[in-house]
Amino acid sequence: MAEVRKRSKALSVNPLKTSSTTGAALAFLGIDRAIPMLHGSQGCTAFAKVFFVRHFREPIPLQTTAMDQASTVLGADDNVVEGLETLCRKQGPAMIGLPTTGLSETQGADVRRNVREFRARHPEHDHIAVVPVDTPDYVGCLESGFALAVKSIVDVLVPDDRSRVGRRPKQVNLLVNASLTPGDLEHLRDLVELFGLRPVVLPDIGDSLDGHLIADDFTPLTFGGTPVPEIASLNEAAHTIVVGRSLAAAADLLAERSGVPDSRFDHLMGLAANDRLVRLLAELSGRPVPPRVERWRAQLQDAMVDCHFMLGFARIGIAADPDLLLAMSEFVTAFGAEVVAAVAPDRAASLTDVPTGAVQIGDLEALETLSRAARAQLIISNSHAADSAARLGVPLLRAGFPQYDLVGGYARQWIGYRGGRQALFDLSNLLLAHHGHQDAIAPYHAVLRAPAPGAGTCPPSVPGGGSH
Amino acid sequence: MKPSDVSALLDEPACSHNRKSKSGCAKPKPGASAGGCAFDGAQIAMLPIADVAHVVHGPIACAGSSWDNRGTRTTGPTLYKIGMTTDLTEQDVVMGRSEKRLFHAIGQAIDSLHPPAVFVYNTCVPALIGDDLDAVCKAAARHFGVPVVPIDCAGFYGTKNLGNRIGADAMVRHVIGGREPDPLPDAVVAGYAARGIRIHDVNLIGEYNIAGEFWHVAPLFDELGLRILCTLSGDARYHEVQTMHRAEVNMMVCSKAMINVARKLEDSYGTPWFEGSFYGISDMSAALRGFARIIDDPSLGERTEALIAREEARVGGLLAPWRERLSGKRVLLNTGGVKSWSVVSALQDLGMDVVATATKKSTEEDKARIRELMGPEAKMITDGSARALLDLMAELDADIMIAGGRNLYTALKARLPFLDINQEREFGYAGYQGMVELTRQLALTIESPVWAQVRSPAPWASSEVASRRPQARDEDDLILPLDDAPALTIMDAEVA
Repeated sequence: MAEVRKRSKALSVNPLKTSSTTGAALAFLGIDRAIPMLHGSQGCTAFAKVFFVRHFREPIPLQTTAMDQASTVLGADDNVVEGLETLCRKQGPAMIGLPTTGLSETQGADVRRNVREFRARHPEHDHIAVVPVDTPDYVGCLESGFALAVKSIVDVLVPDDRSRVGRRPKQVNLLVNASLTPGDLEHLRDLVELFGLRPVVLPDIGDSLDGHLIADDFTPLTFGGTPVPEIASLNEAAHTIVVGRSLAAAADLLAERSGVPDSRFDHLMGLAANDRLVRLLAELSGRPVPPRVERWRAQLQDAMVDCHFMLGFARIGIAADPDLLLAMSEFVTAFGAEVVAAVAPDRAASLTDVPTGAVQIGDLEALETLSRAARAQLIISNSHAADSAARLGVPLLRAGFPQYDLVGGYARQWIGYRGGRQALFDLSNLLLAHHGHQDAIAPYHAVLRAPAPGAGTCPPSVPGGGSH
Repeated sequence: MKPSDVSALLDEPACSHNRKSKSGCAKPKPGASAGGCAFDGAQIAMLPIADVAHVVHGPIACAGSSWDNRGTRTTGPTLYKIGMTTDLTEQDVVMGRSEKRLFHAIGQAIDSLHPPAVFVYNTCVPALIGDDLDAVCKAAARHFGVPVVPIDCAGFYGTKNLGNRIGADAMVRHVIGGREPDPLPDAVVAGYAARGIRIHDVNLIGEYNIAGEFWHVAPLFDELGLRILCTLSGDARYHEVQTMHRAEVNMMVCSKAMINVARKLEDSYGTPWFEGSFYGISDMSAALRGFARIIDDPSLGERTEALIAREEARVGGLLAPWRERLSGKRVLLNTGGVKSWSVVSALQDLGMDVVATATKKSTEEDKARIRELMGPEAKMITDGSARALLDLMAELDADIMIAGGRNLYTALKARLPFLDINQEREFGYAGYQGMVELTRQLALTIESPVWAQVRSPAPWASSEVASRRPQARDEDDLILPLDDAPALTIMDAEVA
């Protein structure tokens, strides 16, 4: 069990943390024909927008309640109502996500009351879902904000009716955390469908942010994602699969509302987690495991055998949001590597289960310091860690948010047998390419060894040093 | 910052449109606004000062999503690339511990990174709970013995443009005039003198060295004997900013946002200034002539003309083959302020046809210049929304959109060629040599073979891109239909 060490510095240097507000916006971007509107100043939205545009290389629908000096001091309730009305009238979305920010929360915003006012004043927009969520950026991180938004979506849209469980006998709800990439979600959907089941992914950034050209030249809303009517059907599914411990509260609420039984996974990386998932799908569907899945499993096992030479005892440093940190740590320790530095941006109950001695709450400076002290050979973190890795002289495997210096990072599949196999290959190749930087045996030049004829006293390693 | 301070910053006598109402820009509309905040603007403007520790005082959102994302480059120190924030927690906010955290954060930055100065950027939450930024910075400077500059730029104060001005104002108040420039080494002066060149000191205001583009221009300054005391703020150092008051002339580069620096240096030190741009051949030459015109040195004028003739001939030769390929191509330009005309001239140098340009952030003077350049028929873009831009592209039959990164994926999703002209871009377009790069990038996107391929529908069907949403629904899977209409009512009705 890992000891969790609290933040020890006044100044955060090279921050690892992304705001919970941004995380909530990401969850809403996984809903079809939706748009998040951050309740704060324009900059709150502008920064989040640039953040996602650079990561996904996609246009990102994101709006703002545009608090200015007057509304900050005198109250911004009208900004929320006006903003909701404008979005409903101009864009006609299926859903508006309404995360708060540090600014509006400090000012004392009550977005739930604002939504009630909006409903009272604009009944003509009653068919448009509005999901408020409290995500001041001085609490939590991207992952926790994402989870809060998922919980709010369940709260607003899933009917409180436990009598309909299994009316869609093939439907499996997939409640997924912020660590899963569009590439992961695509695989998860395909895998469930391989068993003849019908997946409903919430939220589904695999359908909205996978990067695809659309027939329309432009839409101000998300194009893809979980359709809002499907969310209202979650209580009719046969089963719910929950990925990520950050979603515990959202999953509890869904189970309580819907009565649908669930199975919870910390993550879907590596052999053990996927064995459990595949067995569950076989049970739920009553079908045998398809031969192709058996083959994928055997391929992963083969890669584990091949790669254990490179990865056994490999010293790895990881900095990521709690769910992803736990996933990566369990993944790499399962083939004999060691997590020698573990950093998370914020506390979470799951951190004590990370297979390492201690998890530091902190920043990328902490990752760098700990990795240097433990002579890490490779680090896993987001693109911001590239400079840290360069200073440490070790390779970086990019994971998490943001990945702005890597094309297609969002499309990478980490989960499943095949995602695990590719991650094994990549980790091994990074270490092979860097082999010799740290652990190579230093050359020894024997004192008594005879120099080449005519070489004089020059050391043999100096090229072209033979003639005098 | 008090509302009166904000109005004081918006009152800019050097602007010809200063008599208009002082709203800055129209009040942003909730649910229909785009663009950054005052913090964003202040940080963009000052972050390129490379050896300073830039500390963002606030909870994580302000620094967390914005550190190390600018394309500005440095010849030396890289401290500006280190993201630093007090990362305030709920405890700090509720218990009023944020001032204390800031004080210690400044100390930590000084102890571990040894910067010549610390800049502290205020943000919304500490501004709202009433942190006394000035007092903390003063106390920290005294205690740690290093200059600590407060930049009070909470996002809700206003726009990015106001933020630029707040940042610049902090330099005027706290930094400029703090030190005299070092004399040039005798050998250098003698070397120049031997060639009949007297060295003059100048400043550039509003040059950010995006992608290192100023390095295309800097050698020309050296050649002419113009010493750049300081560039505010591309590749700048703290000690250089301190000496800005000693320049013989200031050039406002491509933006009026920091015009308050030029005006205050003129008021206090009598330094003349002029506006110019390094984009495009004619503007680049005009900028060099600007220095020669103001500085009283006939030899400088002669040498400048010789240099211009040489460079224009050289680059003209390099551009000739490209000009043939790009000539007549139609451009929609959606960018802010001075760039709305400075880039026009660059494109016209290439024989391209600028069919529309944005004026949202332009001054009356900017607009007049656009008319002068593009003719009275010039189409001015007033609605900069994605939808409106795409419609205009179609209406004007434009070949390429040139805009900021914000519009990049709007254009690409619509399968249209695009060139990024703003802060985040990865290529340098300034100077004579930058023009060659600009041309290359324009041809790269306009002539790319991908457009024809992505515009053609699949051979077997319509142009619809397949949706992977759960559409194939087995009838036996569902008891009830999944209508898009208010699902619950329908279901309830049928069950009953």
